[in-house]
Amino acid sequence: MGVIIERATGSVQIVEHSTSSKLHHVEGLGDLSHASIVFSRDERYAYVFGRDGGLTKLDILNGAVAKRIVQGGNSIGGAISQDGDLVAVSNYEPGGVRIFDASSLELIADLPAIGTNNIRSKVIGLVDAPGDRFVFSLYEADEIWIVDLTDREHPETIKFTEVGRQPYDALITPDGRYYIAGLFGENGMALLDLWHPERGVRRILDQYGRGKEKMPVYKMPHLEGWAVAGDTAFVPAIGHHEVVVVDLRSWGQVSRIPVHGQPVFVMARPDGRHVWVNFAFPDNDVIQVLDTESKKIIRTLKPGKAVLHMEFTPRGEKVWVSVRDEDQVQIYDTHNFEKVTTLPAEKPSGIFFTNRAHKIGL
Amino acid sequence: MNRNLLLLGLCLSTVHGVLAAEPSVARQAELKHLLLHDCGSCHGMTLNGGLGPALTPDVLENKPAEYLFQVISNGLPNTPMPPWEGILDEAEMRWIAGELKDGLD
Ligand code: HEC
Repeated sequence: MGVIIERATGSVQIVEHSTSSKLHHVEGLGDLSHASIVFSRDERYAYVFGRDGGLTKLDILNGAVAKRIVQGGNSIGGAISQDGDLVAVSNYEPGGVRIFDASSLELIADLPAIGTNNIRSKVIGLVDAPGDRFVFSLYEADEIWIVDLTDREHPETIKFTEVGRQPYDALITPDGRYYIAGLFGENGMALLDLWHPERGVRRILDQYGRGKEKMPVYKMPHLEGWAVAGDTAFVPAIGHHEVVVVDLRSWGQVSRIPVHGQPVFVMARPDGRHVWVNFAFPDNDVIQVLDTESKKIIRTLKPGKAVLHMEFTPRGEKVWVSVRDEDQVQIYDTHNFEKVTTLPAEKPSGIFFTNRAHKIGL
Repeated sequence: MNRNLLLLGLCLSTVHGVLAAEPSVARQAELKHLLLHDCGSCHGMTLNGGLGPALTPDVLENKPAEYLFQVISNGLPNTPMPPWEGILDEAEMRWIAGELKDGLD
C-alpha cells in the first residue's frame, strides 16, 4: 500500500500497488507543500509531516485521520525511531526538533536548535539511526547533532560544530552507519561515522559542490534517495547538470555523468541495475534512466510538466511518478519503460509506499 | 532609505525602458503558478517561508518593489536565492515583485 500527497489541496490518496488503484481519499491535512511521510513498523499508520507544522497520524486501513496536531510553525520533515515508539519532527520555525510519542502524539522532548554561534537554526536532514537515536543538521549554525533517547526523560545530545557551511539536506546510508550532509555554502560533504562518533565529522568529496562559479540552484536536490548500487552511490550534483558517482569504500568521486538538467531525486531501482533521475525547473518535464554498470543514459522519458517524485514498488518492477502540473500519477514498467497506467491525482507530489516502514532512514 | 531605493528604481526603470508592457493575462497565470510552486519550493507554497524567508506583504512592507525586483533578477550571492534573469524577462520579474507587494488573491 502507499500514500500519495496532493500538495495543493491538503489531501492524500491511499493506494495499493498490486492492481494500482486508489482506496481512499483523505482531506484536511493542512499545507502539504513539501510534505513527507514515515510509517509505523506494522505499516498501518502513516505520519504525515506538513509544511505548516501539522503532524497527522493517518490510519491506512480505515482511510481516516487517527490523530492530528499542529506542533510548530513551519516544518520540513520527520523520522521514526528504530523501535517505532517515537516520531521526531524537524522545524524551520521555531528552529529545532520536537519528539513525540508515536501512539498518543504527546510531546516527549523539545530541542531548540541553538548553535554555539547562538543562532537559532532551521533544522534539515533529520533521520533515525539505530539505537533510539536521531541525527540532524543546523542550516545556519553549521552543526550536526545526535540525540540519544535511550533514557526518555533525559535525552542526551552530542554536537558537532563547524561541519561546513550551510548544510541543506542529509541522508543516512541504508545500513544506518554513515550520516552525510550536503553543503550549500562550500564544496564537499560532511560525513559522520555513527559507529565512531568520537572520530568526529570529516569532509569527503571535495569536488562535490557548486564549483568556482557557484552555479545557481533552482531547487534544492534531495539526498534522501541516495542511490546505492554495489560499492558505488549515485548522487545528485548541486548546481550542475550531472549525477556524481561515489566510491563507498574511499568516499572519493569515481566519475560524473552528464544529464539533462539539475537532478533533484536520484533513485536506484531496488535491484540496483538502473537509477532514475528527475530534474529541477525548468527541466522538470523529463526523467532519465542510467545504467549503473555502463554509467550511461539508456532512456529519456517525457512524462509531462513538473515531475516531482518517483517511488519504486518494493521489488522494483514498476515505478510510480508524480507529474504535478498534469494532475497525474503515471506508472511505468521498469524493464521496458512503457507507461502502464495513469491515475488522476490533484497536484501530486510525494509518493510513499509502506515498505519504507522497514528501512533505516526512511 | 526606502525613498532613495524607490528613486533609484525609477531611474533604473527609465534606463531599461520598462514601459514594456505588462505580461499578458495568460502569462500572468503562468507566472502566478511559477511563484506558488517554483518559488514556493524554497519559500513555501503559501509563501509563508521555507528555506527562504516568507514573502507575504506584511513581511515585505518595508522592502520596495525595486529591491524585490533586483533580488529576483540577480539573486542573493552566498545564499540559495538564485538569479532569475535569463529565465524571466524584466517586465515579468517586475510584475512578480508587484504581486509580492500586493499579496496573492
Ligand atoms: C533554491 C531556493 C530558492 C528559490 C527557488 C527561490 N528563492 Fe528566493 N530566497 C531564497 C533564500 C534562501 C533567500 C534568503 C537569502 C538570505 O538572505 O539569506 C531568498 C530571498 C528572497 C527574497 C528577498 C526577501 C527579503 O526579505 O529580503 C525575495 C524577494 C525572493 N527570495 C523572491 C523569490 C522569488 C520571486 C522566487 C521565484 C521566482 C524565488 N525567490 C525562488 C531561496 C530561494
